[in-house]
Amino acid sequence: MGGKHYLPLTDEDRREMLAEIGVSSVEDLFSDIPREVRLQRELELPSPLSEYEAFKHLNELASKNKHFNNCVSFMGAGVYDHFIPAVIKHITGRSEFYTSYTPYQPEISQGVLQAIFEYQTMICQLTGMEVANASMYDGGTAVAEGAVMGCGATRRSKVLVSRSVSPLYRAVLDNYFNSRGLEVEEIPIKDGYTDRSELENKMGDDIATVILQQPNFFGLVEDMEGIADMVHGHKAVLLVSADPLSLPLLQAPSEYGADIVVGEGQGLGVPASFGGPLLGIMAAKSKFVRQMPGRIAGETVDSEGNRGYVLTLQTREQHIRREKAPSNICSNEALVALGAAVYMAAMGPQGMREVAEQCLQKAAYARESITALKGYDDVYAGSTFKEFTVTVPGDPAELNKKLLEKNILGGVDLAPFYPELKNAMLFAVTEKRTKEEIDTLVRELEGWK
Amino acid sequence: MRKSKALLFEMSRPGRRGYSLPSNDVPEKSLDELLPRKAQRSEPLELPELSEVGVVRHYTELSTRNFGVDTGFYPLGSCTMKYNPKINEEVAVLPGFAFMHPCQPEETTQGALELLYNFEQGLKELTAMDRFTMQPAAGAHGELTGLMVIQAYHRSRGDHNRNKVLIPLSAHGTNPATVSMAGYEVVQIPCDDRGLVDLDALKEAVDETTAALMLTNPSTLGLFEEEIIPMAKAVHEVGGLLYYDGANLNAIMGYTRPGDMGFDVVHLNIHKTLSTPHGGGGPGSGPVGVKERLIPFLPVPLVSKEEDRFYLDYDVPETIGKMHSFYGNFGVAIKAYTYMRMMGAEGLKEASTDAVINANYLMSLLKKTYYVPYDRICKHEFIVSAKPEKKKGAGAGDIAKALLDRNFHPPTVYFPLIVDEALMIEPNDTEAKETLDAFAATMEQIAKDIDEDAEKVAHGPYNTVVGRLDEVRAVRNPVLIWQKDKE
Ligand SMILES: Cc1ncc(COP(=O)(O)O)c(C=O)c1O
Repeated sequence: MGGKHYLPLTDEDRREMLAEIGVSSVEDLFSDIPREVRLQRELELPSPLSEYEAFKHLNELASKNKHFNNCVSFMGAGVYDHFIPAVIKHITGRSEFYTSYTPYQPEISQGVLQAIFEYQTMICQLTGMEVANASMYDGGTAVAEGAVMGCGATRRSKVLVSRSVSPLYRAVLDNYFNSRGLEVEEIPIKDGYTDRSELENKMGDDIATVILQQPNFFGLVEDMEGIADMVHGHKAVLLVSADPLSLPLLQAPSEYGADIVVGEGQGLGVPASFGGPLLGIMAAKSKFVRQMPGRIAGETVDSEGNRGYVLTLQTREQHIRREKAPSNICSNEALVALGAAVYMAAMGPQGMREVAEQCLQKAAYARESITALKGYDDVYAGSTFKEFTVTVPGDPAELNKKLLEKNILGGVDLAPFYPELKNAMLFAVTEKRTKEEIDTLVRELEGWK
Repeated sequence: MRKSKALLFEMSRPGRRGYSLPSNDVPEKSLDELLPRKAQRSEPLELPELSEVGVVRHYTELSTRNFGVDTGFYPLGSCTMKYNPKINEEVAVLPGFAFMHPCQPEETTQGALELLYNFEQGLKELTAMDRFTMQPAAGAHGELTGLMVIQAYHRSRGDHNRNKVLIPLSAHGTNPATVSMAGYEVVQIPCDDRGLVDLDALKEAVDETTAALMLTNPSTLGLFEEEIIPMAKAVHEVGGLLYYDGANLNAIMGYTRPGDMGFDVVHLNIHKTLSTPHGGGGPGSGPVGVKERLIPFLPVPLVSKEEDRFYLDYDVPETIGKMHSFYGNFGVAIKAYTYMRMMGAEGLKEASTDAVINANYLMSLLKKTYYVPYDRICKHEFIVSAKPEKKKGAGAGDIAKALLDRNFHPPTVYFPLIVDEALMIEPNDTEAKETLDAFAATMEQIAKDIDEDAEKVAHGPYNTVVGRLDEVRAVRNPVLIWQKDKE
């Protein structure tokens, strides 16, 4: 019945064990719970399901949802329908990995530790940074914690964030900063880009971190030239949230002087899963490592000189430093990071570049085709990577309803995030989309209104 | 059998490929037409190049160098390393869950929202809370969410002088770290000689600057805080709130509920109590539940129901905002919900019963050989102090290494900080009596080995793929990534 087969004790075991303990009943083991707080009834939960019944129930719930396998998706805003190689699931499904805890005992955790070390290395190869951690919860929390790192490194308490950074990330940032009494100020946008002169006006010696996103939330490629020099001129820190899949084509953030690079790693072979678990990427120049939150794996040797890996620099972390720790993060997204590492290893430099190129080409084709339609225009001009914004001739929610009839998951409505942008949508086009799928989308848009 | 394993980078061969992509079927433009030259990458991308089979063999070998719950007994205290049911893994990857975009129109997400809604109803009943958010991605993230909600509540009442959060000395490190992150000051409350929070010290410490008391009950010593009622009263009387760190809920399901004990806010580590795997460090999930008066402050969106329709509810008047880019670790919630549905009320209570029987049984076996500083009925875990063994030359950490040689995952060591040479042992509900007997016998043997040759024990392990690793060197000379020119 139900899940009781997960509990191996037999009645006989229990009797023997209670005797060994020296109590006469199970009740005696709970006698330390004061009567007043004891639950005087049984919990009221739905009656237990057998494994097959549970499968059926969950399968029914799952079948009520639309998804990337029965729809063609043009949704983005941080989570995308990228191709996921089959190898990933088979590796992350090895239970020596997925049923282990954080590798506190390195001698029997070399698998996870080496995988983290390799993940850190590949993240640094992509970003041009010198250290990376084992993961943060998601892109949003990585932005917030990265901004805090900047405050720690500069001993300042105010950050500037561009309005072209994902509004979802900015919401998390605001929340983190508000509660600990740190200040966030927004840099306005001009034509969809970070307004450079506003940034320069607001910049000062009180600013800890300047936060930009590349490509920005609208898919636009920001001009990064000269920004780092200006930020560093005030001894502040430049934090960039980057899409890892753009980096084979776009400048490594190190090339334009970024100090901390964060980002959402979902594109690296991670199922979208209705928005979680995701993968917060965090990397930095090595001089910031003491302020970096989270687990970090490092290389060392054993008693006989064999190379091995351990969690290191742990004096940064909550379990040692307690209230002085830069962050409280403990559990992270290790298995997701493992999947991302398998992705990067399988794709290699060529595969990653091909993915990036196809995103770029296919998105450009879609953008050009859509904006050629009457009633559909660029919201913002300029180069985009895999996302772009267009104004549509009507309510985006209605348009998406219509697209859904053709099993198309349309674009993301921008109005909830940018009230000034009415009837504007953000479309994402990944390497998975075909010309035919894009053409179908375009036809549907053309036939609307 | 000792050997290190080559890194991906050392196996890379130029031109080798491990992927297959469709070809680009749209009219192609030159790169320079699509991206400004100066925005293009000029640094070469140095990722490794491997074949698919090369990748698979590499990671398969790595997996053999790792120990999980499926490998063997894993009594890692505070972490609740119970068995992770396989059905959970199967349902979480159903395409109707795994391949959903978080911004899909509501009518295409009804199954997912229904699951989250019903999961919430279960969590409410389990904890006696009135509403839950699923946004926190782990326990510590839940702690931060909870403290932010508490802060927003006090601020909404114009109560701006509450700048302190009380935590017992035995608290998990995430508790004090969270307190600072939320902008509060930590006030440490000592434990009495029974290992329980010192009630007099608590009464002494509370005043109108107290924002909250953070507590896990049972505590990290595995002991139920018997004086929870007067403790709650003392905090509530000065206008403070009670925060429950639910990492240890596995001991009390169906017996008592945080809400009934007087707690106002709760986080659960569903990757502990509700059987979802730890993944080598994550993903977890840390839903936060609150009592009625705190609902207006929860993060947005909540999941609500109107007639037969489920929806993401942004109508939370005084919300703290967002804690996660989307709705938290949905993929983990699926697994915990499945577990809850399979266990039902009776099964969950039996899990707690067995967790507590196993812990008390193992304690009673071990105390024949080892020093148990709090020798009384425990809940799901207990503490052994290896102080006597340490005097002989091998302490808690060395005992842990000796266990590695005998195919057991060791207990948590050197935590809680208030016990010298602590070994924190949590056997869990999913272990058989024979496993505990074998573990106890092994621990007894290790004690004998220490008596005979402590020096030898202090230099273990001997049978693992690498020997004891030099953690000091890793800190002194940090090598945090592989570098081509350094090899
Ligand atoms: C008592 C206690 N509180 C909080 C946490 C933190 O939980 P998480 O690792 O999910 O952030 C843990 C986990 O180790 C714990 O044992």
